[in-house]
Amino acid sequence: MSTIESTARPAMAAKRADREVGPAKGIHPDRFLFPIINTTLLVLLSLAMLYPLVNTLAISFNDGLDAVKGGITIWPREFSLKNYSVVFHMYTIYQAFFMSVLKTVVIVLTNLFFTAMLAYAISRKEFIWRRPITLVFVLTMYFDAGLIPNYLLIRDLHMINTFQAYWVPNIISAFNLIVIRTFMKSIPDSLTESAQIDGAGHFRIWWKIVMPLCKPTLAVIALFVAVGSWNGWLDTLLYNSGKQWLSTLQYELQKLLASAMNAGTNSGGMASGAAIAGSGGQVTTPIALRSAITVVAAVPIMLIYPFLQRYFVSGMMIGGVKE
Amino acid sequence: MAQTVIQQAPARVIPKNKKKKLKVLWSQRALLIMSVPLLLYAILFRYVPIYGWAIAFQDYKPGKRSIFTGQEWVGFDNFVKLFTGLMGERFIRAFINTIGQSLLTLVVSTIGAIILALMMNEVRSLIFKRIVQNITYMPHFLSWIIVTGMVSVALALPSSGGFINSLLMSLHIISEPVLFLSEPSYFWGVVAGSNLWKELGWNTILYMAAMTAISPDLYEAASIDGAGRYRKMWSITLPSIRPTIIILLIMNTGWIMSTNFEIPYFLGNGLVAETAETIDVFVLRYGYQLGNYSLAVVAGIFKTIVAIILVGLANFISGRLGEETLV
Repeated sequence: MSTIESTARPAMAAKRADREVGPAKGIHPDRFLFPIINTTLLVLLSLAMLYPLVNTLAISFNDGLDAVKGGITIWPREFSLKNYSVVFHMYTIYQAFFMSVLKTVVIVLTNLFFTAMLAYAISRKEFIWRRPITLVFVLTMYFDAGLIPNYLLIRDLHMINTFQAYWVPNIISAFNLIVIRTFMKSIPDSLTESAQIDGAGHFRIWWKIVMPLCKPTLAVIALFVAVGSWNGWLDTLLYNSGKQWLSTLQYELQKLLASAMNAGTNSGGMASGAAIAGSGGQVTTPIALRSAITVVAAVPIMLIYPFLQRYFVSGMMIGGVKE
Repeated sequence: MAQTVIQQAPARVIPKNKKKKLKVLWSQRALLIMSVPLLLYAILFRYVPIYGWAIAFQDYKPGKRSIFTGQEWVGFDNFVKLFTGLMGERFIRAFINTIGQSLLTLVVSTIGAIILALMMNEVRSLIFKRIVQNITYMPHFLSWIIVTGMVSVALALPSSGGFINSLLMSLHIISEPVLFLSEPSYFWGVVAGSNLWKELGWNTILYMAAMTAISPDLYEAASIDGAGRYRKMWSITLPSIRPTIIILLIMNTGWIMSTNFEIPYFLGNGLVAETAETIDVFVLRYGYQLGNYSLAVVAGIFKTIVAIILVGLANFISGRLGEETLV
């Protein structure tokens, strides 16, 4: 809340000033016209952002065979729960959902812990190796050995088709490291100095003093990492596609999407109308089924989003990416 | 005689410095414990994979387990193969598509995000502003798999639920439905448009954060001098967020070679391959999935080197112009 207020302050102050000076300059059509146009455009933009989401939701609750005819907008035409019934009868979906959750939780915890610890070390001005270490990590943002060399490394470390292939390569992310370090640098020295005088070591200062102060930034970073992990599917395709129990929700969705796309290429780029018989004895179509899985895959992230939303602006000051 | 003195002096100083440095390092051992294992980790997972680049100089057979034994070394043959002949045409096309899709996306997204941030900055009602922010951030949280699915529905024929065609037709902008996903000349636009929809709101966050730091005094002073709304945007708001714009541009320049992967991979069917296929898709399809590891690694090396040159160049030019730099 406080962040939104401070964002608005300059604009509001500017308008207050406008009003004071206004009369001397006569009538400003701009003063009432601009807010109207601005508000209208923002409303239209918001509708454009919402419509595809609402449309997907409507299709997911519509009868599959009917959905193929098109023309569904924001409300299902023939309401049906068949699509969800088929989705929840797929035995792979529960296991994939569980794996997605497990993978995301493990990556968020390990990534946050290690990235924050390293960020603390390189945020200390007295640390003489701070610059070279920072440089090594900043370079990783742009230096990438490539898909196949990375695959060979994972293979040579015997991590193919293991859960470790998900989290071990991801315990540090350079961009997040810089964001957290920048925030830690802004913490006044006086806070840590007094602890140092009391005899606290670096680990204690990091965990007891610096980490609690970083909460807004850590919340945002946690969300970034969670979203990246939840939405990622290439790691499953490359490293873990050989074991069904390691499959994730996005990977299952990707398989379904790919088959719907392939079927659709022949008929001009649209999802095909071929019926799918679910194991629950229900009949639906790829387009409707895909909408239902999309909703299932999107809901968990959408649920945690409102809780972290208030940290977005305050947690993301980037002014100090510079060394 | 004078020379020996000069030579002796540093010789005496160095061990002293070294000792001192070791002493400092010992006093900072906690910080070393926190950082050095992770440094080694980064070297193992981010830099050591370079050994895989050896494959670029081999006729690599995935069946044989080891890279260094039992593979045939062929020098620069793979480089020649990738840049000449039919394969060369295909690869250069992928390179142009990568740059084209990225640049168009970068330009459209940056300008779009700055305009939206300026518009939001003018909103007085906090509740309205909060609602708009929350709605426009939302698509960012959907995966690209989900978004490509939505894009394929949105751009389909009206009879299959393609609401963009329906909208354009009801506004009489077009008289017949357009097959957006079958026409090569639209594909870069599809990529930029999808990116704009998904990331527009999210991209404003950093600009909005920068705008909170602008002192209200500046606006007040400008008003007293008779500056209007647009004048204040142009002469106060934009210059104040310039460092943020430049840092983001430099960072994004390095990512020009790694475009969004899912749109060309899922939506790039045979009809639009000439404008859809990017280097990443090329590497996955022809390298990983068909087993042409050597060619894929050459393509990967090319991509990485170009990316580093680009970000270095952007950083250098920016520094020369007296602007922000990354490192």
